[in-house]
This record gives sequence, structure tokens and C-alpha cells, in this order.
Amino acid sequence: MLAESLFFSAVLFVIGVVGVLTRRNAIIIFMCVELMLNAVNLAFVAFAQVYGVAGQVFVFFVMTVAAAEAAVGLAIIIALFRHRQTVNLEHINLLKG
Amino acid sequence: MPQADHSVYYTFTFYLFGLIAVVSAVLFVTRKSPVAAALWLVNTMFCLAAMYVLLDAQFIGAIQVLVYAGAIMVVFLFVIMLLNLGHPSELADARGFGWKMAAGAVGLGLLAEIFALTRSRVPLPYLAIPQGMLGRQVELQGAIAPIAKPLFTEYLLAFELTSVLLLAAIVGAVVLGRRSTNAG
Repeated sequence: MLAESLFFSAVLFVIGVVGVLTRRNAIIIFMCVELMLNAVNLAFVAFAQVYGVAGQVFVFFVMTVAAAEAAVGLAIIIALFRHRQTVNLEHINLLKG
Repeated sequence: MPQADHSVYYTFTFYLFGLIAVVSAVLFVTRKSPVAAALWLVNTMFCLAAMYVLLDAQFIGAIQVLVYAGAIMVVFLFVIMLLNLGHPSELADARGFGWKMAAGAVGLGLLAEIFALTRSRVPLPYLAIPQGMLGRQVELQGAIAPIAKPLFTEYLLAFELTSVLLLAAIVGAVVLGRRSTNAG
């Protein structure tokens, strides 16, 4: 199942990349990043099945980091929304030259 | 579980969940409403949990349902509700034609890479896959012991560091989410 898992992992990762590039809603972009993390987790689990359990331990850590990232990132989005009344990244262009 | 002699039922189930995951992910990226997108992403994560179980990672599958589909996505939905993003002025958010072409080019490049990797033959002996290490371990020790042992011995430092990371995340989220703007 290693080849099939890597195929699905790559496809899901590409869908996440396309989402990050094509959407402008900050929350949806954030969810696309979560989808990319999930795709990588699938590859880790598939490799863990044949190469030993270290891959699963790494998935555990990836999930911890994803949870911390979601908490902080969503707090940033809420703070951003309070300042600009929008989460559309086209309208948040203070650093654009 | 050895690699080669999977039953037809196993293979069919794996492909079924993979297909549902990919279709849900496509629907997730293309939905306009953030709530619908989040729910499709939850569906993708459930399918991934099923695939983890099929890949001898029962504990990771349970954690996937509890942490990802349960906790993280509920936080996302809660923020969407808090910011009231369902109303129509927020919905039209797809980027312009140039960005779509760039995304398509990136996607095609990554897919070309996959196909190049599947076509290439690397005859190195160390690329040979040991057959079904983890399945036998799960049969002997249960689903959790094989992952708990390295977690609390070999990776103990990283495990303890994640607790510091989570504490920092809690403090950061509280500080960033506070209403007063002069502090923080």
C-alpha cells in the first residue's frame, strides 16, 4: 500500500497548494495548510508501516504542532479582523510596496 | 501484515477512502462558503483516519479523529461563526486569472515530478523495502505499545519540548485574542 498511499498523499498536498494559491479568505488558506499537513502525515504513516514506528511518532508531533499553530493562527486572524473588519487578504496589504 | 498479499477487499476499501478523501478535498478548495469548506475538510480528515487504520496505525487514526476532526476543525468553525463570515460580501474570494494559472502550473509541476519519480528506476539495494515490520509488531504488542515505547524513551526530549510549545501557544493565543490593544 506504500505506492498508493504516497499517490494519495501527493494529490492531497497538491490540492492544498492550489487552495493556498487561489483563495483569498485567510481562514480557508489556513485550512489548506492543515490539509497539506494531513497529506504529509499520510506519507509518514505509510512509511511507518514498512520502515518502523518512528514515522508514527513523528505524526504525533506534527499533530501537536498543528494544534498549537491553529490556536495561535486563529487568534491572529481574530485580531486582524478586529483591526480591518475583513479576512480577505486582498484588503490586507499594508506591507505591499 | 505483509505488503504483497492484501485481499481484494482491503485494496478496494483503501482506494475507496482515498478517492473520497481526494474528492472531498477538491470540494473543500472550491466551495465559496467557509462553513461548507470546513465541513468538507472534516470529511477528508475522517477518510484519512480510516486510511491510517488500514495502514496499521490504529492509534494515529483515533488521534486524527479526536484532535484534527474533533478539536482543530471545531476551533475553525467556531472562529468562522465568531467572525460571522457566512454573509455574502465575504464569499467572493477566488483570486484572479494570473493566480489561477500560477496554481495550475505549480500543480502540473508537482504532478510531473510524481510521474517522473514513478517512471525512474533506482536499482540501489538499500531501497528494498523490509516486508511488513509494523504489522507484526502490532500483532505482538497491541496498537499503542509500539508507539508509546519510542515516544517515552528515544523521543522523550522532543515530547517534553512539545509541552513547552503548547504552553507558549496557549499564552500566545490568549494575548493575541485579548480585546485591549495597548498591551500585547
